[in-house]
Amino acid sequence: MTTEVGPETEVKKESEQLGADAAKEKHEEATESQENQKSEKTLSEETQSSPSSPALATQSSPSSQKKEKDPSEGKGISRFIPPWLKKQKSYTLVEPKDEAKKKPVEERQAVEERESQLPEDMAQPKGNLEEATIESQQEAKADDKEEEKHSVSSSDTQPAKEDNKEIEVEKVADEQEEKEKVEEKRETKEVQTAEIKMEKAPQKAPKKIKTVPCKVMLLDGTEYSCDLEKRAKGQVLFDKVCEQLNLLEKDYFGLLLRENSDQKNWLDSSKEIKRQIRSLPWLFTFNVKFYPPDPSQLTEDITRYFLCLQLRQDIASGRLPCSFVTHALLGSYTLQAELGDYDSEEHNNHYISEFQFAPNQTKEMEDKVVELHKTHRGLTPAEADSHFLENAKRLSMYGVDLHHAKDSEGVDIMLGVCANGLLIYKDRLRINRFAWPKILKISYKRSNFYIKVRPAELEQFESTIGFKLPNHRAAKRLWKVCVEHHTFYRLVSPEQPPKAKFLTLGSKFRYSGRTQAQTRQASNLIDRPAPYFERTSSKRVSRSLDGAPVGTTDQSLLRDFSATTVGPAGDMVFDGEAVGQTKLKNGEGRDEDGSPTKIPQLELTQDEKNNSLRVNGENIYVRHSNLMLEDLDKTQDDLLKHQASISELKRNFMESTPEPRPNEWEKRRITPLSLQTQGSSHETLNVVEEKKQAEVGIEDTVVIDEINRGKMQAVSDAGETRKVEHVSKKDSSSLSSDSSSSSSSSSESEDEVVGEYQPHHRAAEDIIREEQEENEDAKRKEECATKVIQSVETVQEGSKVTVEHTQVTAKALAQENAVAIKTAEKNVMEEGKQDLRAEDEEEQLRINGDVSHVDIDVVPQIICCSEPPVVKTEMVTISDATQRTEISTKEVPIVHTETKTITYESPQFDGSAGVDAGVLLSAQTITSESLSTTTTTHITKTVKGGVSETRIEKRIVITGDADIDHDQALAQAIKEAKEQHPDMSVTRVVVHKETELAEEGEE
Amino acid sequence: MAGLSSGSGGGSSLGLCSHAVVRALPESLPQQALRIEKGKEVDFARAEREHQLYVGVLKSKLGLQVLELPADESLPDCVFVEDMAVVCEETALITRPGAPSRRKEVDAMKRALESLNLNIVEMTDENATLDGGDVLFTGREFFVGLSKRTNQRGAEILADTFKDYAVSTVPVYDSLHLKSFCSMAGPNLIAIGSTEAAQKALKTMQQMSDHRYDKLTVPDDAAANCIYLNIPGKGHVLLHRAPEEYPESAKVFEKLKDHMLIPIAHTEMEKVDGLLTCCSVLINKTSEL
Repeated sequence: MTTEVGPETEVKKESEQLGADAAKEKHEEATESQENQKSEKTLSEETQSSPSSPALATQSSPSSQKKEKDPSEGKGISRFIPPWLKKQKSYTLVEPKDEAKKKPVEERQAVEERESQLPEDMAQPKGNLEEATIESQQEAKADDKEEEKHSVSSSDTQPAKEDNKEIEVEKVADEQEEKEKVEEKRETKEVQTAEIKMEKAPQKAPKKIKTVPCKVMLLDGTEYSCDLEKRAKGQVLFDKVCEQLNLLEKDYFGLLLRENSDQKNWLDSSKEIKRQIRSLPWLFTFNVKFYPPDPSQLTEDITRYFLCLQLRQDIASGRLPCSFVTHALLGSYTLQAELGDYDSEEHNNHYISEFQFAPNQTKEMEDKVVELHKTHRGLTPAEADSHFLENAKRLSMYGVDLHHAKDSEGVDIMLGVCANGLLIYKDRLRINRFAWPKILKISYKRSNFYIKVRPAELEQFESTIGFKLPNHRAAKRLWKVCVEHHTFYRLVSPEQPPKAKFLTLGSKFRYSGRTQAQTRQASNLIDRPAPYFERTSSKRVSRSLDGAPVGTTDQSLLRDFSATTVGPAGDMVFDGEAVGQTKLKNGEGRDEDGSPTKIPQLELTQDEKNNSLRVNGENIYVRHSNLMLEDLDKTQDDLLKHQASISELKRNFMESTPEPRPNEWEKRRITPLSLQTQGSSHETLNVVEEKKQAEVGIEDTVVIDEINRGKMQAVSDAGETRKVEHVSKKDSSSLSSDSSSSSSSSSESEDEVVGEYQPHHRAAEDIIREEQEENEDAKRKEECATKVIQSVETVQEGSKVTVEHTQVTAKALAQENAVAIKTAEKNVMEEGKQDLRAEDEEEQLRINGDVSHVDIDVVPQIICCSEPPVVKTEMVTISDATQRTEISTKEVPIVHTETKTITYESPQFDGSAGVDAGVLLSAQTITSESLSTTTTTHITKTVKGGVSETRIEKRIVITGDADIDHDQALAQAIKEAKEQHPDMSVTRVVVHKETELAEEGEE
Repeated sequence: MAGLSSGSGGGSSLGLCSHAVVRALPESLPQQALRIEKGKEVDFARAEREHQLYVGVLKSKLGLQVLELPADESLPDCVFVEDMAVVCEETALITRPGAPSRRKEVDAMKRALESLNLNIVEMTDENATLDGGDVLFTGREFFVGLSKRTNQRGAEILADTFKDYAVSTVPVYDSLHLKSFCSMAGPNLIAIGSTEAAQKALKTMQQMSDHRYDKLTVPDDAAANCIYLNIPGKGHVLLHRAPEEYPESAKVFEKLKDHMLIPIAHTEMEKVDGLLTCCSVLINKTSEL
């Protein structure tokens, strides 16, 4: 009961990373010293089961203790606060209880997990090792400094923090739904166990085996019933059904959830059914999932028969449109297959009326069917089926899975996923088409679906095309379908779930079944006499089922449209890429990890709206894709260049950083999902996760921005998200799959806000996601964005606490031109001013968030975004090949700049707060300038509680136009700052970016 | 069999033809026929001779059953029957021409097609316009040029009419019709002009199609409008513009070794934007079923 998913996950991860020893060590440590960070972590994890929030509460405010008791408080800001923010004291109080209990469990599970997940881990050994190392380091540090409230915030420590954070999130979620808590927890645990079992060996046997009644509507209209173990995965049921049907070539088929008859949700066979369906009994429909492009290549007649049944349903329901003549022809083959040769005596005039060949069947059509039936004399049922399929497969909509969407102008269009790629329809007209080889990346964010396509012949640059889906779930569903279709038809073998890559966020869903190539290969090995099967009549009586169970599309569409965006996540955008940049900016890989406080989030949200407004209005749905445009866009050009430089930056950063962070980021994505699945209260969890994601999204935005303009934006909140996902790292593959599978449930769908899939493998750096926000507010464009990076480092030496506060103000001018220059000058002159501004921002942060700058003794840093990052995007749009000519490339990238401030802060010390509290010993300010940077160093020494503290605040103003790589300059500045004060640590980085908006024309 | 079965083999049914509908040219053509830009005076007598030759090839040389509709002096463009109907297999879509002055031309066409027992679909939507000259049927799918004469709605109706086939739209900017610079020159072979607009349109079509077509690029856009037929006993037949008119393009066609090449002069008609395909509607009646 007490064991929470979160903890397990964490344990797993750690254990994986460190290896058995490490895991063990970790646990031991935790046991030994409750106070050390490790224990903290454990605590937080454990806390889930019991009053989870206490720690949080403590952090956020004195009243926090109440929170412990009052679950409702968990909903407050506190839940957003990273676990590590909690005061150690509070930990101590809380920790002891659960820890002891949990440990054993955790360990065990960890071991299991480790074993089971090893293969996956192998893929990312590097990252894990590093992480492990980091963790261990952190532990050590934690021990030393625990007593002191100011923990050292070394970059290394972050991983641990991240874990904590994840846990905390979960915890919070739990709190919110206290009622269900107990029950759910239990469930959660079970689930996890089940997973483990599935993957490895059932170490913990389920206590009770419950069965669930399950019904599957088969293609012939009959229903198959069975009882399934409650924790059975989809594959179990699917295999049962195929066995019942005597079907060997089953990879073309799948089970649709009948729960939502209006949506075409496929049961993920790799995940537990119960996570994907909510209602009882479990109702499914057996359907063709991947239509074989050439049915004649199927090995067995029985397979073709089922395909025929599916197509007859498709045709009769109107999902597969065909002409009058084709209706008649296909109908005649149906008659031949089911009735045999035409018999004038047996087949009177009315026999045909019992069949349904078309949505609107007329007497004329029936007459034609009969006429044609007569001509088929001698055809065996199998031959008739083959003829049927040969004709059906040529229908233009054969095997096309349609999804409603809107183009940039809000015009209703349809996206059709098929074996060859993605088709875009407006009404019944095909207006564009993207073959799989042309698509570089498929992603979704919120309710937007994006494809990144290769440059056309005469183009040099890739373009991204976005579509608006009715809601997030629809976007995710489409994304999954695309991933599956691409994998099935284009790949030889399924792609492994994504490894932790730099900057990857979102769903890790991948198609896990066999590909067409594999299934064909397998089919060749089929060695059995052709199975006998009875062709049931497709008379109308049985047909009544057609529309309802199977043909969900139309209804779903309607619903989807009416439905609004789901969940809190809807407002926010997230992307993985942003994260990477953040790192760069920080200079220290670790700094970014800081967990975002709630306040930042809130602010972000608002800002995002505003920002997005701009972005959205013009950018989001660009009219026509650039795809076919032959003219190169300057802006694009610039964008690419910038992109490249950013990539370099990232690389450099990575190199300089001891441990690669990227992996963690990726992992982070997954984690949220896992949490959900595992977490007891799905909804709560989702919410939390979504918010996190939102933060991430912001970062993305930033990245985008940078890419486009070379302007720097501050990224911050990602930290929290990352942590969460970080925990799940190990699990990621399994977890991710779970989450995706659970899509049927609302909770799941909401989890993964972002999904990314790259049909072609490319270097991580190359992947730049362009994301946009859609907000409706219209914000005027600001002309300047000031970027201030403020980093505070605290080093504890004995009783002496040194805080270094580095503030870097980077001013990125939008672009060349006089304007930019002007701005630059201004910046220099206004340096002091900016400082003030930055300060103000910080203050605001606190004010807004109450919690944002909580005093924390824990190592991690808090990242606050005072202003939400502005999303600037190059946009995308609907690909209407027909109109492409009209579209000018210039329209695409629109960047408006604004002022943003992002603060990365280590929890321990609130810079200003700490200073205030103590006695000021001395203060001095030093200013130095170089070509593009102006550094102002402000050193204050204070004595506080007998501890002397030196705080260095550096304000670095980076001024320049597009020619300067601001990111690099910033990274360099931070690096230098660190080198100058090796004994200090950065506790806070505030990036304040002021960018001048360049008119598009200028660019 | 009817239906798609005839389309099996991926466009091999393309060009199969048993009947053709043509219409005589009215004397009002030289003066009143629509034209994109003022050009040379049409020599009516010569135009008539060219048209007679054209019909003669279809009728005598290729053995098609040709329905010759009488000219209507009040309809100066009536010789360009292609714009009045799109026939695919057993179904004929009677269009709603983009030029209001030509709307009455459909009446005679409709009667002619009815006489052939085709399934007639009429475009009654008053928001729709479609000229047959904007419809390129490749044997596998339709491309519909969105031009001054053809709009989206017209294309939609065409898509509704021929549901078996994908219908993709292609923007047409500088030309009267999509087929002003392209046509099918064989199964899977698209003849395309060399102008930028033509090449761009081809790219669009290539992008939109699941199928890869071969292309036959000719120097002259107008020459890219040719008539491909698959006549039993004669094989691939290609009616193309005469070397006297477009010598360079004719050379390209002459490289088609598998085709029976029939050069046809169409000089006068082209002055009023009439190309080879414009002057006939080809129908393949496989049976009376």
